[in-house]
Amino acid sequence: MSGQIQLSRRRFLQVLTGTAGALIVGIRTAGAVDLPPALLGGTFQALGPYVQIDSDGNVLIGARDPDTGTGVATSLPRIIADELDADWNRVSVIPLGLGVQNDQGQPRWIYGRQLGGTGGSIPAAWQELRQVGALARWLLLQAAARRLGVPADRLRCESGTVIAPDGRRVTYGSLVEVAGKIPLSKSAPPVKTPNRYTLIGAPAGDVDAHAIVTGQASYAIDHHYGDALVAVLVHCPWPDGTLARIDTAATLAVKGVVKVLQLQPEKDQPLGETAIAPAVAVLAQDTWSALQGRDKLELEWKPGASGTQSSYALEQQAQALLDGDDAPTTRVRNDGDVDAAGKKAARRLEATYVQPWLAHATAEPMNCLVRLDKDRASLVVPTQAPQRAWAVVQRLTGLAPDHIDIRVPRVGGGYGRRLDHDYVAEAVMLAKLIDKPVRLLWTRDQDFGHDFYRAASVHRISAIVGRKRELIGWNQRMASASALVQRGVPDNRLWTSETRADQLPAGLVPNYRSDWYGLESAMPRGPMRGMPHLSNAFAVESFIDEIAHMMREDPLKTRLRLLGEPRTLALAGGGTLDLGRLANVLKLVADRIEWKNWLRSVNGLGIACWHVDGAYVAHAIEASMQGEKLTIERAVCAVDVGRVINPLGLQGQVAGATLDALSIALNLAVTYKDGQVQQHDYKSYPLASMAQLPNDVEVITVPGDRSPAGASFLAMPTAAPALANAVFRASAVRVRRLPLMKELLRLL
Amino acid sequence: MPPAQDQAMPTPDSNIVPEKIRDGIDVVINGEPFRHTGDPAMPLLWYLRDVLRLTGTKYGGDAQAGNGADLVLVDGKPVPAIGQPMKALSGKRITTVEGLAANDGTLHPLQQAFIDEDAIGCGYCTPGWLISGVALLTRTAQPSDDDIDRLPNLCRCGSQTRVRRAIKRAAAGKAGQA
Repeated sequence: MSGQIQLSRRRFLQVLTGTAGALIVGIRTAGAVDLPPALLGGTFQALGPYVQIDSDGNVLIGARDPDTGTGVATSLPRIIADELDADWNRVSVIPLGLGVQNDQGQPRWIYGRQLGGTGGSIPAAWQELRQVGALARWLLLQAAARRLGVPADRLRCESGTVIAPDGRRVTYGSLVEVAGKIPLSKSAPPVKTPNRYTLIGAPAGDVDAHAIVTGQASYAIDHHYGDALVAVLVHCPWPDGTLARIDTAATLAVKGVVKVLQLQPEKDQPLGETAIAPAVAVLAQDTWSALQGRDKLELEWKPGASGTQSSYALEQQAQALLDGDDAPTTRVRNDGDVDAAGKKAARRLEATYVQPWLAHATAEPMNCLVRLDKDRASLVVPTQAPQRAWAVVQRLTGLAPDHIDIRVPRVGGGYGRRLDHDYVAEAVMLAKLIDKPVRLLWTRDQDFGHDFYRAASVHRISAIVGRKRELIGWNQRMASASALVQRGVPDNRLWTSETRADQLPAGLVPNYRSDWYGLESAMPRGPMRGMPHLSNAFAVESFIDEIAHMMREDPLKTRLRLLGEPRTLALAGGGTLDLGRLANVLKLVADRIEWKNWLRSVNGLGIACWHVDGAYVAHAIEASMQGEKLTIERAVCAVDVGRVINPLGLQGQVAGATLDALSIALNLAVTYKDGQVQQHDYKSYPLASMAQLPNDVEVITVPGDRSPAGASFLAMPTAAPALANAVFRASAVRVRRLPLMKELLRLL
Repeated sequence: MPPAQDQAMPTPDSNIVPEKIRDGIDVVINGEPFRHTGDPAMPLLWYLRDVLRLTGTKYGGDAQAGNGADLVLVDGKPVPAIGQPMKALSGKRITTVEGLAANDGTLHPLQQAFIDEDAIGCGYCTPGWLISGVALLTRTAQPSDDDIDRLPNLCRCGSQTRVRRAIKRAAAGKAGQA
């Protein structure tokens, strides 16, 4: 028995009966083929994000998006479980792996979107996942109505049980067999009204917490095939360099070492889809042998054209560009007439902010387990984007779309690094060369030395203030090397990874201009958590504080006047900016940190606000200085994401993003000289210690009923400017260059 | 004259040669004895992960102390497993994250407190925080903020404030309570 309800032209709600009468409801894509349930242990691979209710009352919910620590393996299933009125204690969540079928040689993504850590999982899941739960619940209600002889609309559901008006109760488990045979109506049953939510909006701990604290949680790095060889790498220090000399004798003499192989990036492939640089791989029977063999390699590399580049020279180039009057690479926005407004200026201010290169530093090193059989590839990959990993494997193997099996266990941090799949390409290339399964493992020196970095940037902003302290002009010029070069993006869109046309204070200043100057660099660049908001918010929100200081005004007051009356503005990229909600988060953090003491507080108070794709964030930070010792006494963050699915998960994301951003702002920079990265380990790229970070992050979440926005990096952009603004109050030193600690000690 | 029973029950013929007892390094891991017969220089991390397949102790990528994901207790002291060659561990008692809970599955109070406080980001470095946290609580029943500040672990997800709460919760005997 099975039936379906059309959701859209290509998507259906599907009902199926599983083993032992289990009721299965999922979303399927037009044309998807069911596989026999017996082969798959009762789960239907053709069915998308699904819910299965067993006759014993246990509920299984599939999670389609990789969880890199963002909590989606918890929050997405709770959206389904709430509509179902399931007993959360009886729900198990299983990661779905990549859902792909063969559509005449092309991939058919049967689970829809599968992407983690980009802030989009919850917004994308909100509509369709609820319908899965709602249909399952509707079927169970119909079955209960027949059993109890009571019309369905007089029954109610609670925690895995249907309850009749006279108090009789029937468990879901006892209803599944009948429910699977209920004829479907033409349209999907309505989803709940928010006043009936039980799980949405209620706090829930991470579904993997018990497995994690007992050491049972398995990451890709923990997976193994018995006969797989361990591969470790040394990459060429320069992406465009070459191997001049290699002596493998000592390596091959190490017991357990099987082979030494060379890898070359494939020509004409976009960055992130092939090896990041030429490399030498040591393959061995176990990790220790491989690592010893790697240490004994004798290699001489020859630099390419990039061998003369340095991060210092690139900054000089950026400064020179901003000193001159060359036309920008892209005029991102131009409202009014900044030049004409300058003539009416009562006061002007200009400042330059410099931010460094950054590395991803994921806790779990890059790794990939791959087995290539005659007509099948099986991989376990720590990835944020399994569909992109699939494309790399498919290109390298030429296999049919559905003969590539990609498993994605919980991922040990992504931050954008695992949207690229150079390490997957390397593992597949090695498996092809050696004709054995390969377990590729990167060491930390390779991770720091061969990343797709966040590029450095220089912002130069000038403000024109009128006679009534009103901001009448804003001229922002930014120079950076785009993260989108060599990634198939047209030149006129390269700026989109670097800045936004609708970021603050665009739309609030009558004469506003934003120019972007593209720099060239051989350093590989790619997506990074918080881009482009991180760098822009630091410059803009620091500068607004400087404007307030110039006007001898309370910076909270300056900001609130800039935001003006509550109203909405259309955003350049679609959607709206709700200035009332933005002002609200600002006021919330100000109240909590007792901003009224701003002027007379011994410690420095700093504040900042920002908006990211329909979500709003503000930070207030209290910092103290004793000699050269900076202490972050308090950190308060308020966020407004609309509907909150899991408040505990959201608090964790907000606190976590705050600490991540503070760690970056305080300590972190990648530098390179002679084309080589100078950071190799956590000593040279020192993530903040416990002592440097605040003891607590006080998180305020604004309740709301709008469709939920993503929050994975929402709390990052405002932490650094709030800190710099607090440091200014505490020390009278304005830090315009990150990392902050180094610059502060230089200026003190 | 030999005892009668020997004549009654002669040793049966057999071509099974008992395996020579192999030399090795004896260690006790999570209460169980193990003998490492491989390379004495192999770091404990690879013995745990590659040989015993105890993968709760994580590889941070570093050749020496790194982000702390590989911390284990050796005779009660937290040390990075990557920096401990097996030959230095003869006769030592080693506890990994898998060995923190009681045999019946009852969690250590700090494990429970991590769940209570949701003190988890991606979870990869969590085993290391638990090891150094348990060592701290064993040393100091009521650790101060300064004590907690000295934990060597690193975390990019930003779980530190929740870890701090979890340690304080466990110290206060409130693990598992609302």
